[in-house]
Amino acid sequence: MSFLIDSSIMITSQILFFGFGWLFFMRQLFKDYEVRQYVVQVIFSVTFAFSCTMFELIIFEILKVLNSSSRYFHWKMNLCVILLILVFMVPFYIGYFIVSNIRLLHKQRLLFSCLLWLTFMYFFWKLGDPFPILSPKHGILSIEQLISRVGVIGVTLMALLSGFGAVNCPYTYMSYFLRNVTDADILALERRLLQTMDMIISKKKRMAMTRRTMFQKGEVHNKPSGFWGMIKSVTTSAPGSENLTLIQQEVDALEELSRQLFLETADLYATKERIEYSKTFKGKYFNFLGYFFSIYCVWKIFMATINIVFDRVGKTDPVTRGIEITVNYLGIQFDVKFWSQHISFILVGIIIVTSIRGLLITLTKFFYAISSSKSSNVIVLLLAQIMGMYFVSSVLLIRMSMPLEYRTIITEVLGELQFNFYHRWFDVIFLVSALSSILFLYLAHKQAPEKHMAP
Amino acid sequence: MASLDRVKVLVLGDSGVGKSSLVHLLCQNQVLGNPSWTVGCSVDVRVHDYKEGTPEEKTYYIELWDVGGSVGSASSVKSTRAVFYNSVNGIILVHDLTNKKSSQNLYRWSLEALNRDLVPTGILVTNGDYDREQFADNQIPLLVIGTKLDQIHETKRHEVLTRTAFLAEDFNAEEINLDCTNPRYLAAGSSNAVKLSRFFDKVIEKRYFLREGNQIPGFPDRKRFGGGTLKSLHYD
Repeated sequence: MSFLIDSSIMITSQILFFGFGWLFFMRQLFKDYEVRQYVVQVIFSVTFAFSCTMFELIIFEILKVLNSSSRYFHWKMNLCVILLILVFMVPFYIGYFIVSNIRLLHKQRLLFSCLLWLTFMYFFWKLGDPFPILSPKHGILSIEQLISRVGVIGVTLMALLSGFGAVNCPYTYMSYFLRNVTDADILALERRLLQTMDMIISKKKRMAMTRRTMFQKGEVHNKPSGFWGMIKSVTTSAPGSENLTLIQQEVDALEELSRQLFLETADLYATKERIEYSKTFKGKYFNFLGYFFSIYCVWKIFMATINIVFDRVGKTDPVTRGIEITVNYLGIQFDVKFWSQHISFILVGIIIVTSIRGLLITLTKFFYAISSSKSSNVIVLLLAQIMGMYFVSSVLLIRMSMPLEYRTIITEVLGELQFNFYHRWFDVIFLVSALSSILFLYLAHKQAPEKHMAP
Repeated sequence: MASLDRVKVLVLGDSGVGKSSLVHLLCQNQVLGNPSWTVGCSVDVRVHDYKEGTPEEKTYYIELWDVGGSVGSASSVKSTRAVFYNSVNGIILVHDLTNKKSSQNLYRWSLEALNRDLVPTGILVTNGDYDREQFADNQIPLLVIGTKLDQIHETKRHEVLTRTAFLAEDFNAEEINLDCTNPRYLAAGSSNAVKLSRFFDKVIEKRYFLREGNQIPGFPDRKRFGGGTLKSLHYD
């Protein structure tokens, strides 16, 4: 009986998450596009719903809501469904939509998408070989095999995003790094841009006039197409068309220049807005936060290095350690069991909410930057895949932040994975990502002022 | 050669609707083989015979400025784009017939371009929402072009074309629906070519002949057009 009640609670919450994912898709991601294939929207919302359910189960674990056996059942079921989606459905649909975009293969879409999916499975399987992630006693088609590989990909993604985010956050918040941009700079650049456009226009006018006179005289200018066309154009070419190709080359160079100038001007406008923003209260608050975050970032890099060098993985979680410190060193006595439950709930809750929010914002930005009306379906499915893998590995890693008694459920459900390996792997990739982000931002920052110093 | 008079026409619309293909078709009478992202603005020139076939025939250069980007761009990109909206003589609004959102975004595009140019005459714009009054008073000729006509199935064609007819009426503009990969839609003598030619003639009229105080001879006036005083805008 209680199992039925528990299941109905779970299902209601899943429907809620599904609705939230649906709305997010419609309002945020696809607000400039028309949804033609509803499959994509359904898959995205389903992935989101099941990922959030996993987090919900962790919270229930800590708060001891619902029956323990029904929790366990739902964990297992949830995990199976998510793995099914991430390994079978989403890659297949990605392959299907990629193939649909290519006109040649349109007729045999299903065949080619199956082929693509098989290739994906092959590489996915091979991924597990170089990593010591499993004890050899597991069978070939068990949950642990799939989870371990999904975990590797997800942890790599998390570490890359964390590393870049940790470095980028203080860089964007602090106004110390803002270059000084005046209105005169912007005006000068705009003038150059318009001059370039005028030069392009005058050359195009010549070309249009030449083409018109050639057309009226009866010579038709054919662009050399194909192999034989090129050979022919070497020996015989009308003087008019020679002129045209020369001017066309000049125009191409000028157009490239105009694109550069446009991007630089947009950059200057963006910097000017940031300078104005930094003078407001909100801007000053973020600037202050930026200093904090830079210290936090340096500390994290330091800790990652220490972890790798001294080959140690934290045994106790921050909650228990914090309580130990307060009890032993500060001499404050309080009910350990009661407080550890609530504090770990708050801590885990904060981690979950910020990681979901952070991921959705990053995905949205990424989507706006690279999608077009043709590729939007494929990109959304890729994002759903990334999101699913990210959340599954978050569950893996969150285990470290929880006190021992709450870790058991995760260990039970996910099986005997080498959790230590994942933490080590996370530290390595985080370090690599953070250091290369620092290098990248340094180079980008150095290069920009030199461009604008030119007369 | 370069001493012919010129007019400037903007080509606006969401990314991916086919502006670059359209401009290439209009200026070079050829289909664009490999369309790619337009960063910033790409310009092309069309040689147009004003009042073709009459004794007053004169040749003009029509500059087609194809501005890339989306309505939802960052404000820094919008400020940069605004530099292209100076002294515009005509606007071509392009939308994708298979994508309703691109048609809806045309209102925002036209406001973005018109606001820039109408600021000197002090027309007040309320928080960017579409306001019919602004279009009734607008002096810059507009043309609405719908692309990817070949991708609309025969059965849905009537419904789509009714919708676009309303759209064009809202803008007080003519409309053309075509497929940019097929030059026959703009073949000489077809109704589309006639509409296009009329539009360019109107743009040239407004630019060069109104200033001298001439009346617009015999143009088919729309119901909401006319009336009111003709304001003179700064073109330089």
